[in-house]
Amino acid sequence: MTVSSQEKDPVRSLWRQGLGVFAENRLALVGVGIFVLLAGLCFLGPLFYHTDQVHTDLTKVHLAPGAGHPLGTDGVGYDQLGRLMLGGQTSIIVGLAAGILATAVGTIWGAIAGFAGGWVDSAMMRVVDAMMSIPALFLFMLLAAIVTPSVSMLIIIIGAFAWLGPARLVRGEALTLRSREYVQAMRAMGGTGGRAVRRHIVPNAIGTVIVNATFQVADAILYVAYLSFLGLGVPPPAANWGGMLSDGLEATYSGYWWLLYPPGIAIILIVLAFNFIGDGLRDAFEVRLRRR
Amino acid sequence: MEPLLELRDLDTDIAQRRGTVHALDGVSLRVMPGETLGIVGESGSGKTMTALSIMGLLPPGGQVSGGEIVFEGRDLRSLPADEVRRTRGVRMGMVFQDPLTSLNPTMRIGVQVAEPLRVHEKVGKAEARTRAVEILRRVGMPRPDKIVDNYPHELSGGMRQRVAIAMALVCSPKLLIADEPTTALDVTTQRQILELIDDLREEFSMAVILVTHDLGVIAGRADRVAVMYAGRVVETSATAALFRTPRHRYTEALLEALPEAADGERLYSIPGLPPDLSRPLTGCRFAERCRHVTDECRVTDIPLTGDAHQFACLHPVSPTDQIPSPVRVSSAPVVDAARVAGSPVLSVRNLVKNYASHGRGLRRDAGQVSAVADVSFEVAAGETFGLVGESGCGKSTLGRLAVGLERPSDGQIVLDGTDIGALSGRERRRMHREVQLMFQDSYAAMNPRMRVDSILAEPLEIQKAGDGAARRARINTLLDQVGLSRRVLERYPHEFSGGQLQRIGLARSLALQPRLIVGDEPVSALDVSIQAQVLNLMRDLQQELGLAYVFISHDLSVVDYMADRIGVMYLGKLVEVGPAREVVRAARHPYTQALIDAVPSINEVSRERIAIEGELPSALNPPTGCRFRTRCPLATSRCETEPPLAGDRHQVACHFPLRPESSAAAVQAGAVQ
Repeated sequence: MTVSSQEKDPVRSLWRQGLGVFAENRLALVGVGIFVLLAGLCFLGPLFYHTDQVHTDLTKVHLAPGAGHPLGTDGVGYDQLGRLMLGGQTSIIVGLAAGILATAVGTIWGAIAGFAGGWVDSAMMRVVDAMMSIPALFLFMLLAAIVTPSVSMLIIIIGAFAWLGPARLVRGEALTLRSREYVQAMRAMGGTGGRAVRRHIVPNAIGTVIVNATFQVADAILYVAYLSFLGLGVPPPAANWGGMLSDGLEATYSGYWWLLYPPGIAIILIVLAFNFIGDGLRDAFEVRLRRR
Repeated sequence: MEPLLELRDLDTDIAQRRGTVHALDGVSLRVMPGETLGIVGESGSGKTMTALSIMGLLPPGGQVSGGEIVFEGRDLRSLPADEVRRTRGVRMGMVFQDPLTSLNPTMRIGVQVAEPLRVHEKVGKAEARTRAVEILRRVGMPRPDKIVDNYPHELSGGMRQRVAIAMALVCSPKLLIADEPTTALDVTTQRQILELIDDLREEFSMAVILVTHDLGVIAGRADRVAVMYAGRVVETSATAALFRTPRHRYTEALLEALPEAADGERLYSIPGLPPDLSRPLTGCRFAERCRHVTDECRVTDIPLTGDAHQFACLHPVSPTDQIPSPVRVSSAPVVDAARVAGSPVLSVRNLVKNYASHGRGLRRDAGQVSAVADVSFEVAAGETFGLVGESGCGKSTLGRLAVGLERPSDGQIVLDGTDIGALSGRERRRMHREVQLMFQDSYAAMNPRMRVDSILAEPLEIQKAGDGAARRARINTLLDQVGLSRRVLERYPHEFSGGQLQRIGLARSLALQPRLIVGDEPVSALDVSIQAQVLNLMRDLQQELGLAYVFISHDLSVVDYMADRIGVMYLGKLVEVGPAREVVRAARHPYTQALIDAVPSINEVSRERIAIEGELPSALNPPTGCRFRTRCPLATSRCETEPPLAGDRHQVACHFPLRPESSAAAVQAGAVQ
C-alpha cells in the first residue's frame, strides 16, 4: 500500500473493472464486434475494394451478384458493395454525430432544468413538451423541404429533434440525485452547488446519459434511413443505407433482391449493435456489480 | 403432544450472480400448537429465510434443498403443489416487516383483507366484505365498517400493520409467522401491536413464530426462543431460561452487547463480522469471533445437545455461572461535572421550523407543518446530548438545523458564541468545520461512485485544508482512529458492511476536527453486536478528542447508554430535559414515562406502566396548549394552556409533572447507592 499507487490506480482500475463487467455481457461483446466489422467495412473497405461511385454506367444496370460485382449493381450501374460502403460512411457519421449532439444538448438542458427547479424548470420543460407534441416525421419533412439536405444539415436536423428524450431523462435523474443524502452530506461540509453538480450529480448521471447516447445513435441511424426513404436524404451521388433501401424497395418487384437485403440487413445489424452496447454499458457503469 | 410444525434439517440455498449462498444449514425447530416461538438473530443469520422457507416465499434463486417441513403431520415438500398452496394459504398466515410495502396501494382495505377468502374459500363479494369488517374489528381497528373502503396510504403505520395482521388471520390459520412485525414502528405503537398479537394468539388458539433481531421483543412475548447465527440454530430453550442462563457463547456475547446491559460501562462488542455463507464452512461458525475459542471449535461440527435447553457449543457458559444482572450497580454517574461545566458549544434558542404544506388544487397554502416549535437547549463541550422521540417528532429536523442544512423559521442557533443565522456565505462555509453530521444510513450518505479515499478527502478539499500530502496524512490518521486498515481506501462503499460504513462515516465527520457531531440515528440500522462496536468507538473518540455529540435516536436504551443529558421531544416540542440517568429512571413528563414503559426490555419486571393509546397527531395544526394532552392519561382542561419548560437541571414542560425535581434527583441518587 503506497501513496503513489493510490494516485495512479483509480482511473485505470475503474475502467478495468468496468470493462470486466461489460465483457461479462456476451451480447455487448457481440455488439462491439458487429460495430467494428461494419465500421471497418465502410471506412477501410474502399481502400482495398475500388469502385466508381461517381460516374453512372448504364451498360451495367441491375447486374446480378457475380464475378466483378459480388453484390451486383444498381439501377444506374453503381457497384452495390462499394455503394454499401459509401452509404455506411454517411449513415455511421450522421448517426454518431447526431446522437452525440442530441445527447449533449439534451443533457445540458435537462441538467439545468433539474438543478434549478421551480419556474426555470417548468419553463424549460414546457418547451420540451411542446416540441415533443409535434410529430417527428412532420418536422423532418418541413425542415428538409426548407433546407438542402447535406451531411451536416442531416446531423443538425436530427439532433434538433432527438435531444428531447435525453433532456427529459437527465432532468428526472438530476431531480432525484439532488436530494440524495450524499449531496446533503457534502453540503453539511460546506460544499457549494457547483461541487454537487461536478462531483456527485454528473458522475452518477453519466451512466444513464452514456447508455442513452448509444440508443440515440441507433435512433439517429434510423432517422437517416426514414428521411432518405422519404426522399429527403442526401442527394446522389452521395449514398446512405436508408436511401439504398428506399431504391431497393422499388426494385423488388423486378426481382432485384440484392438491392434490398444488404442495406436492410446492415441497418438492422448496426442498430442492434448499438442497443447491445448500450445494455453492456449500463452494467459497466453500475459500480455495485463490481467486485474485486 | 404432536408439534404443529417441525423443521427437520432444513437446508436452503440461494443462487446468486456469483456463487450460491447457503442461507440455512440443517435448521431443526419445532412449534407446539398455541405456543409462541421466538427466532432471534442478527441480519444474515437466516431467521427470515427460515420463515420464508416455511411459507414458500423464497426470493428468486432461493430453494429448499434438503430436509423436511412437517406441518400438521405432513411434509410440505412431498405434497402436491396445489395442496401445499392451500395449506400455506389457509392454515398459515404471515405478517411482514413493512406494512407499507406489504399492502397493495391501489386496493381498498376491505378487498385486500378479504382476498384470501375470495381465493381459498370462493366466498361472494358481500360476504367477503362482512368477514373483512369482522376481522378488522377483532384486530382492534376503530370504525372497521368505514376503514374497509379506505386505501392503505390513508392509514398510519400502526393501523396498516393491523390491516396486515387482519389479512393474515382472515382464514383463521393455525400458525402465524410474524417477520419483524414491529421493526418499522415506533415503540409505543410496537407495544400495541405486540399485545395485539398476544391477545389474538389466545383468541384464535394458534401458534406464533415471532422473528426479530430485538432481544427485548422476544423476552416479553415468546414461550421459547431459538437463537440463530450464520444459517444455524445455535441455542434453543424456554425464554426465561435462555435469558437467565444463556449457554452458547454467542448468546452470552449478544446479551452483553446490549446497551441496557452496560449501565454506563463499556459495552462488550463482538469483534469481526459474521462469516460469508457462500463459502464452505467447518466447525463452529461463531469461532472466529468467540472469546473462548479453541482449535477444536474450528474443526469439529458441533450438533445441538441437551434436552429442554439445547445448544451447540463446545465450551458453553456453565449454568451456575450467572450472567451479571443487567441492572448493575454503577461505579459513578457518567456526567462528569467538571467536563460539562464549560461554555456551551451549541446553544439553541427558541428555535422554530415550519414547512409550508401544499394543499390540493388551487389552494396552495393549506397551512404549516410545525416541525420544531420553540425549542431551546445547550450542549457543552465534550458532552453528549441525547435527543429522543418517536418518528415525526422533529428530532431529525432539529439535527439538520443544527448543522446548517436547513434554515430556521425563527430563533437562533449559536455555535461557539456566534449566531450562524447572521453569518455571511464564506463564514457559513467555515462554520461547517465546527459541526458535522453523521447519518443513519452511511451507504446512502456516500456517493456510490467515489472510492473511500475520495470520500474521506472530500471535506478537506471543500474546506481547502492542507495540500495533497497533508490530506493523505490526515486520512491515514482518521483510519487509525476509527480502526480501519489502509486497504479500505481503494474500495467502494458497496463493498462494506453496515458497521464498517458507519466507521467510515464517522471518520469523514471527524476529518475537519469538529467540536460537535450531530448523529442522526447513527446506530439504528446496525445489529446489536456491530452497534456495540460503533457506540464504543464513538465514546472512545469523544474522550480522546473532547468532542460533543448531539445523539438523535428513537431507541431510549441506546441514548441512555450514550448521553450525559437527554432531551425528549414530542410533536416539535421539547417536553423534558435533564441528566440522562434521571430522565430515564425518574421521568417527570408522562410522555417520557410512557416511552420508557413501551421499550421492550430483556429484564421484564413488573412496573407501574403508563400506556398511551392512539397515535401521534398531525403536525399540521397540532393540538393547542400541551401538545401531548390528546393522548395523556393525566390531561385536564388546564392543559389547554401551554406549559413552559420549567425547572433547574431537570426541566419539564408539564402542568402535572409525575414527580417534583427534588424527588427525581433523590430517586436517581437512590438508584446509584
